[in-house]
Amino acid sequence: MLSVNRTVLLLLLLFPGMLLAGGVYQEPEDFLAEVFNGEVPEAQVIWLTGPRKEVVTQLLGHRYPSLRVRYWRQGQRTAWILEEIGKTEPITTGFIINEGRIDTVKVLVFRESRGWEIRHSFFTDQFDQARLNEQRQLDRTIDGISGATLSVRALKKLAAMALYLDQQARQRDA
Amino acid sequence: MDNRTSPIASLTAAALLSVSLSATAGDLPSREEMWKIIQQQQKQIEALQKDAQTSTVRIEEANQKATAAVEVAEQSQKSVSSAAAWASKTQLGGYGELHYNNLDSKDEIDLHRVVLLLNHQFTDDVRFVSEIEFEHDGDEVEVEQAYVEFDLNQQTSAKAGVFLMPVGILNETHEPATFYGVERNPVETDIIPTTWWAGGAALGGQIGESGFSYDVAVHEGLKTDISNGYKVRKGRQKSSKADANNLASTARIKWTGMPGVELAATVQYQDDITQGTDDSAGEAWLFEAHAQIERGPLALRALYAYWDLDGDGPEAIGADEQSGFYVEPSYKFSLFDQKLGIFGRYNQWDNQAGNGEVDSEKKQYTAGVNYWPIPDVVLKFDMRQQDNEGEQSNDNGWNLGVGYQF
Repeated sequence: MLSVNRTVLLLLLLFPGMLLAGGVYQEPEDFLAEVFNGEVPEAQVIWLTGPRKEVVTQLLGHRYPSLRVRYWRQGQRTAWILEEIGKTEPITTGFIINEGRIDTVKVLVFRESRGWEIRHSFFTDQFDQARLNEQRQLDRTIDGISGATLSVRALKKLAAMALYLDQQARQRDA
Repeated sequence: MDNRTSPIASLTAAALLSVSLSATAGDLPSREEMWKIIQQQQKQIEALQKDAQTSTVRIEEANQKATAAVEVAEQSQKSVSSAAAWASKTQLGGYGELHYNNLDSKDEIDLHRVVLLLNHQFTDDVRFVSEIEFEHDGDEVEVEQAYVEFDLNQQTSAKAGVFLMPVGILNETHEPATFYGVERNPVETDIIPTTWWAGGAALGGQIGESGFSYDVAVHEGLKTDISNGYKVRKGRQKSSKADANNLASTARIKWTGMPGVELAATVQYQDDITQGTDDSAGEAWLFEAHAQIERGPLALRALYAYWDLDGDGPEAIGADEQSGFYVEPSYKFSLFDQKLGIFGRYNQWDNQAGNGEVDSEKKQYTAGVNYWPIPDVVLKFDMRQQDNEGEQSNDNGWNLGVGYQF
């Protein structure tokens, strides 16, 4: 006769047979449709070349794995969908920047085993209205999450990158 | 005044003008020549306009070609071959630490551990996680993690394989740059046997937006007996042909609903901690609770753990109760881009707490400093002073360490 422990073990092993649908909290296109009320502007491109590439590399601590970044602009608002590795997997995050300040941060796809807390509003709310200071750092302290140090660090880097690229895009389009 | 002009003056002026006009007309091209020049200039203008249009088209084409080239390069990075596709889904990481211990019990340099992490993301929802540890310069090789994890939905995941027990502060997060002190604290060494891993299956999830999460697991149990004083650390089977006669169950509830705050509690039950090899022992319960609070540069860690072992065997030597706690305040300074942290820790633990007549309690005061030149590299120094009960010798001294993660 199966003991309670063995029965539970069997059930746990059967769980993965269920439909898999994790990790993706919101598709990027759904995020854009939501933040632009269904009227997503045409995507524009900013190239990560020259000094811009150097600054992004400095902000991330490594080269961004693409030569160009797409963004969407409506008035003073720009939308960015960026990726950065937390511990081992890329975290896909959407940012809305309004007049040089962070308006929205939303983790769209989280692929790691730990650190999922960064997707919750109690964490992302800390970025509200954050901007870059003269040293190109966030102008405020973001409190971390125990056991999610690398995920927190990844999101802080992406926030700084989104703010910097927004500055660059606005300067170029002015 | 008379404004009328005399006939002589008018004739003189007409003659002068006539002479002047005939002289200028001699320098100018004829009407036919002018028309030819205008036609040539018109052709030049048209040619320039055409060139400008061609240049614009070429610039646009060059732009499109550059964009296409980047797209091809990016795409080829992802899928030029099956090997590249595999590599893009496979991640390598690691961490390690070297220690110098200058203690009453030893004076040695030890490559305590070098760890390789190899993960593979089959899909966004299914991944493999592994951790292979080489301890003491390769004297011991251990697979501490090797499991497949499945995201069942946005809130829930399940895993099967060898994984770390969801208990304590250090057991799941023990990269050197994440904790103070060269050596791990004694409570999470002798009471919670960190690093503690087991083979089995687990389910974990988040409870809405509350900040609460849970883990439940069924896995191989401990196997300890009188020969090692029923010490739990000696009971780890390390998933190496582990006796599965008596499995164990673990459950944890955790709250991380506020940045910088973690509160958690774990309970574990095993119906026979000797795997049927010792009739004088049986059930075992573990209760653990801890708090981690970080507020700006200030941080506090506190943990309590308690084992209750059933049976006359453990009771006879006081091992029926094994418990300990520690409290660790710390302060972190920023030095430009670098960090410096100081900490103190009070540890108290006892693997024979059930027998009041045996002086088995240990106390240790630890203080030290961590220096992070970059976030992933740490240099450590600490000093410790023990105040152990009874005949137990104290093991005092200081330690140096370097740790890294990538």
